[in-house]
Amino acid sequence: MFNIKTLISAAALTAALVAVPAVAQEADTHATPHIERQDWSFAGIFGTYDQNQLQRGFQVFREVCANCHSANLLAFRNLAEPGGPHFSEEQVKALAAEYEVADAAAEGGVRPAVPADRWPSPFANDQEAREANGGSVPPDFSVLAKARGVSDPFPTWIFNYFTAYAEGGPDYIHALLNGYREPPEGFELPEGKYYNEYFPGHAIGMSPPLSDDQITYEPGENGETVPQTVEQYSQDVSAFMMWLAEPGLVARKQTGFVVLLYLFAFAGLLWFTKKRIWKSVEH
Amino acid sequence: MSEHSTYQPGTGVEKWLDERLPVVRFAKEHLMDFPTPKNLNYFWTFGAILAIMLVVQIVTGIILAMHYTPNIAMAFNSVEHIRRDVNGGRIIQATHAVGASMFFAALYIHMGRNLYFGSYKAPREILYIIGVLIFILVMATAFMGYVLPWGQMSFWAATVITNIFAAIPVVGNPILELLRGGFAVDNPTLNRFFSLHYLLPFVVAALVALHIWALHVPGNNNPTGVDVKSSRDTVPFHPYYTMKDLFAIVVFAIPFAWFVFFIPDILGHPDNYVMANSQVTPAHIVPEWYFLPFYAILRAIDFNILFIDSRLGGVIFFAGSIVILLFVPWLDRSPVRSGTFRPLFKWFYWLFIINFLALAYLGAAPAEGIYVVLAKITTFYYFFYFLVVLPFLPMFEKPRPLPTSISESVLGKALP
Repeated sequence: MFNIKTLISAAALTAALVAVPAVAQEADTHATPHIERQDWSFAGIFGTYDQNQLQRGFQVFREVCANCHSANLLAFRNLAEPGGPHFSEEQVKALAAEYEVADAAAEGGVRPAVPADRWPSPFANDQEAREANGGSVPPDFSVLAKARGVSDPFPTWIFNYFTAYAEGGPDYIHALLNGYREPPEGFELPEGKYYNEYFPGHAIGMSPPLSDDQITYEPGENGETVPQTVEQYSQDVSAFMMWLAEPGLVARKQTGFVVLLYLFAFAGLLWFTKKRIWKSVEH
Repeated sequence: MSEHSTYQPGTGVEKWLDERLPVVRFAKEHLMDFPTPKNLNYFWTFGAILAIMLVVQIVTGIILAMHYTPNIAMAFNSVEHIRRDVNGGRIIQATHAVGASMFFAALYIHMGRNLYFGSYKAPREILYIIGVLIFILVMATAFMGYVLPWGQMSFWAATVITNIFAAIPVVGNPILELLRGGFAVDNPTLNRFFSLHYLLPFVVAALVALHIWALHVPGNNNPTGVDVKSSRDTVPFHPYYTMKDLFAIVVFAIPFAWFVFFIPDILGHPDNYVMANSQVTPAHIVPEWYFLPFYAILRAIDFNILFIDSRLGGVIFFAGSIVILLFVPWLDRSPVRSGTFRPLFKWFYWLFIINFLALAYLGAAPAEGIYVVLAKITTFYYFFYFLVVLPFLPMFEKPRPLPTSISESVLGKALP
């Protein structure tokens, strides 16, 4: 039989052990303003990517971000995979053919890309990238959405463990893309830098990359349109970047759901088995 | 131990085997018939949970090693390759990474149970010391494993932690260079860490075998701390504890799965998704949560003690905080094992637990302001508990009367 005291102390210990790493995160806060959470379709245990949003986000990435940022781990074929933007095979083939990749075996050293190729980098090497971007290499997009985060204040970080909220990365990217401001009085902005409210240190090398109506979204089949605003673009590209960093998210969460149901059922059966076995023992 | 065995070889084959290599007899004695106190609570299931966790880590680790490349230019992307392109790779990798945290969670509960119920006391000192050695090896293994993905935190954790050794006089620098395989953390460091990270779990497994052997000589302690008096106090390990442990393991797997499938990165640090770069220092270098209490002790000593400078002092306290565990069986002078019957000890014990959690918090806090003072106070109490409370408290404490046997305590509880 469960002893109430044992139960309480076990619960307290578990809670404490869960809280420690969380506390650790909290103590690690940066002095940035509060970053608003967005309503991501992929947050929480039932989260899935919105295919249309990922396709729009890919368009933003392709037309704007990819001019300076690489995405070395992205292969064209990934764009056709289920759980992602899920373009058709033909679309991806046609898309790849628009790009050229280096291939020592090909005539002239370059050939049109095929779906198996990786997304070509905008610069041949880091040095070139540095020269074109005021001395620093624009970070690679492959896992960038997971390499950024938001340090939540107490007690939000405790809830994150139970609501499975791990979307600090896209939240930060979205905030950053909307965070360009006039520098406050007395702030010394270095030459060639821009003031961003959410960037650590506030002086960011990237010029405001998005503006309203910069990218033309195709209307949906039923004539539905999506606003062509910085807000919408940044939402879409943040979602795309999350997919890029975590392409298996949907499958992972779906599997997790089945695994948890199984574990709960199995634990229940074992509990009754154990109770039955111990029935005749005073303990 | 053969007196517990009811094993009679049934068939001719079993008999033949029993006369040559009695593995079946051994399994029957130690895994099935072994007499186990009937009053163990759920804190006693963490031993079995830890055994399973070790198996999980070894199995997932072997699979990861098939796809991982220990080279500074390729390691980071090879881990991403596992997550993206290897069948089931994301789950296997997350299980291994989250598994390290779950391993430590179980390990700390197991150790906390041991300290409360006095399981380290005679005749279980060697059992306990082997346990401490396992703890030390698991810490070393986890640390080296954390370096392998070669992210920013991997690199800087390796730099900071190996640097600790440089504080040791005379031999410090040679040890540092031996650990790193050079003057700075680089490819040779990654290679030797990978090699050792693969080796040490098997050493741990061997120590676990000794740990269980040493357990099966005196048998389990129990919540009353009273020795087993007769067979009425015990039940055979199987099916009573096999089923109870299995239930606990499956319950433990629920939060484990929650982390693996829904929040695999929440216990890590975003900076570790940035590839290691020796030219860029992260704003905050924070070790994994399970090292934080000891990291806090390391940082708490920021003053010179006589001729010992603060750096060496920190290392001495850091090492001392772990080495002191080896002496606990002789530091504790109380003849009563279980904290349940020690009215004063309880208070000091729970304060120690709170203090340990506070140390973890301070390990992650910036070393400034009030945190510095608190780190010193908590470090002081950590040592005070072992060096003063355990040896001297029994002089002032009157333990509550002990039950004469396990059965009596069980029946006493059951009666209204």
